[in-house]
Amino acid sequence: MLELKNVSKKVGEVYHIRDVSMRLEKGSLNVLLGPTLSGKTTLMRLMAGLDKPTEGDVLVNGKSVVGVPVQKRNIAMVYQQFINYPAMTVYENIASPMRIAGVDKKTLDQKVRKAAELMKLGDFLDRLPLNLSGGQQQRTALARAMVKDAEIVLLDEPLANLDYKLREELRIELPRIFAETGAVFVYATTEPHEALLLGGKTATLAEGRVSQFGETISVHNKPVDLQTAQTFSDPPLNLLEVKKVGNQFEFDGQTVSVTGQLDALSDGAYKIGVRPHHVFLNKPSTPALSVKAHVSTSEITGSESFIHVEKNGYRWVALTHGVYRVETGDELALHLDPENFFVFGQDNKLVAAPAKLQGE
Amino acid sequence: MAKITLDKLAHSYLPRPKSDADFALKEIDHVWDDGGAYALLGPSGCGKTTLLNIISGLLVPSKGNILFGEQDVTHLQPEQRNIAQVFQFPVIYDTMTVAENLAFPLVNRRVPKDEISRRVSEMIEILDLGDKAHKKAKGLTADDKQKISLGRGLVRHDVNAILFDEPLTVIDPHMKWQLRTKLKELHRQFEHTMIYVTHDQTEALTFADKVVVMYEGEVVQIGTPEELFDEPAHTFVGYFIGSPGMNVIPADVNGRVAQIGNTKINLQKAYPSLSGNVELGIRPEFIKLTGDDAGLPVQVTSVEDIGRFKIARANINGVTLDTVLPEGGSVPAHPKAIIDPEKINIYKDSHLVKGEA
Repeated sequence: MLELKNVSKKVGEVYHIRDVSMRLEKGSLNVLLGPTLSGKTTLMRLMAGLDKPTEGDVLVNGKSVVGVPVQKRNIAMVYQQFINYPAMTVYENIASPMRIAGVDKKTLDQKVRKAAELMKLGDFLDRLPLNLSGGQQQRTALARAMVKDAEIVLLDEPLANLDYKLREELRIELPRIFAETGAVFVYATTEPHEALLLGGKTATLAEGRVSQFGETISVHNKPVDLQTAQTFSDPPLNLLEVKKVGNQFEFDGQTVSVTGQLDALSDGAYKIGVRPHHVFLNKPSTPALSVKAHVSTSEITGSESFIHVEKNGYRWVALTHGVYRVETGDELALHLDPENFFVFGQDNKLVAAPAKLQGE
Repeated sequence: MAKITLDKLAHSYLPRPKSDADFALKEIDHVWDDGGAYALLGPSGCGKTTLLNIISGLLVPSKGNILFGEQDVTHLQPEQRNIAQVFQFPVIYDTMTVAENLAFPLVNRRVPKDEISRRVSEMIEILDLGDKAHKKAKGLTADDKQKISLGRGLVRHDVNAILFDEPLTVIDPHMKWQLRTKLKELHRQFEHTMIYVTHDQTEALTFADKVVVMYEGEVVQIGTPEELFDEPAHTFVGYFIGSPGMNVIPADVNGRVAQIGNTKINLQKAYPSLSGNVELGIRPEFIKLTGDDAGLPVQVTSVEDIGRFKIARANINGVTLDTVLPEGGSVPAHPKAIIDPEKINIYKDSHLVKGEA
């Protein structure tokens, strides 16, 4: 088990990581989700012991490891930019941690071949890394991390430089492969979709802070604040500022009546987040806030359409099934069902999430 | 702007290629429309970069010719081709301001001063860089730098084509949406011929009028996003486009019936009796899981909740069958898969077989 207790990292006067506390269980998959510069890599380096925290403590199985050099800790790390030994074959690259650990020949051979098979490198064991594609080089680095039997496996955007489809396959495979080893598994990514596909637990990062840490789908469905919701929405979350008066939400002269938890909110101003697939182009049978907006651009993928619109300075996107053709400048009516509202107070804290979504 | 003719192009990196397998780019013969937006899509090693390098002039093809408009440019250097290029990593001058960076390609070509300032301010507005126009590029974020790279590619109006090589790969997801829609608006406004290389299907499908799907050195399909989704010409296209990709299931096909194991599926079209490697292709979106008696009995092995939908992975006669459940949907107790017969495609040796109505 890996535990961070009130960990901060200051560089000069600037906090790169601020007051992070997390407990990562053995055999668990933990995603660090956040944009570039949100602190993912810094946090991983602190977990690995490559950097010392300015404040706070890092514990492995209850014992502080601050100051223990990384060589003395049982850690495997894979970076976005694949790193291999250029003069060694793929086989030797994968075998290298076991050679250092003095693993016997037979076990070593078995483990190299098993890792190579899982990473689809079986045909390339005799090649040098530079004669492989980027994807194959990264899989070599991943296979080396696998055979190490590390207690803590840290993967820093390991699939970012790989083909889209290969990523899709490895995303399914990686959690299974590493779950078998029983390690604490940490995976950094900028992509919400990737976090959801990996499952496990997710910590959302913004500006060096962990805003939320919990079951991935729970964080997605019940984000504690606006920033977490935005970090966890792709396409971007649509935002609108509404007023609640009595049992009605009002926006731009239009109103919709609300019930249940939304009706229970006190009167006042709120921010509403609506995910793009909940912006309807056809009026639903349930009460909905109907807003007219102008199309700024549309994107059609063949199976889905993204309609980007503008309304009084707001930029929204609607995601709809199938092919939906509109022209730039067209006026469209968008329908928002309060059932799908994420409601935030003026302090940006969540006050209501869609009741139908599962989460804590 | 110009149409681009790829006249029986092929390329091998070997001095004396013997067989088809020696070609990194197998013969391709196409005309791309003036003002069109094309995406070259495929996995690494598929030949898309080779093709782009032939178009930009970094490579002279082993066979065939390339024409911009009516001019044969096969042996011209990149700088003689009048093209603009945007790469994966920003190529800008750190010591220049944003505005100076954008003006640079125009100053180089001796565009009149007032026209330069007009176009530069137009581009700054389009890219939302107004507040940074007179800042040095050095202190900007990677996203802003890449915006400037895009702007430098787009600021010239007289180019034959603009080539993009994975321009959004290193950009954060939120900024990707912004930059992509910007590119799209710019294309509509200026009608440049654009060629965009990517391995990301969403980028390719949303950007391009026509997507050129490449696989092992070959162009396996050129089509609109809808065509690629509805009627993949090759099982690779079905797999590569869509997330998850198309299910490809071994089947026996005869007339209007396909047989998977013991189950018969009626088809909307008639097929000749097919031999060889015959497969049925169906996208996960067009399979429903029900608890009714009708349909193919399947075992669901896992369900992944990815927010706006769920992926249920099922097993049918030992073959994996991906299906998509709506948000909040669940798997029935004894699931049966119902395949929408209108959406079935039939493949022989990986190539689409057109049935008769």
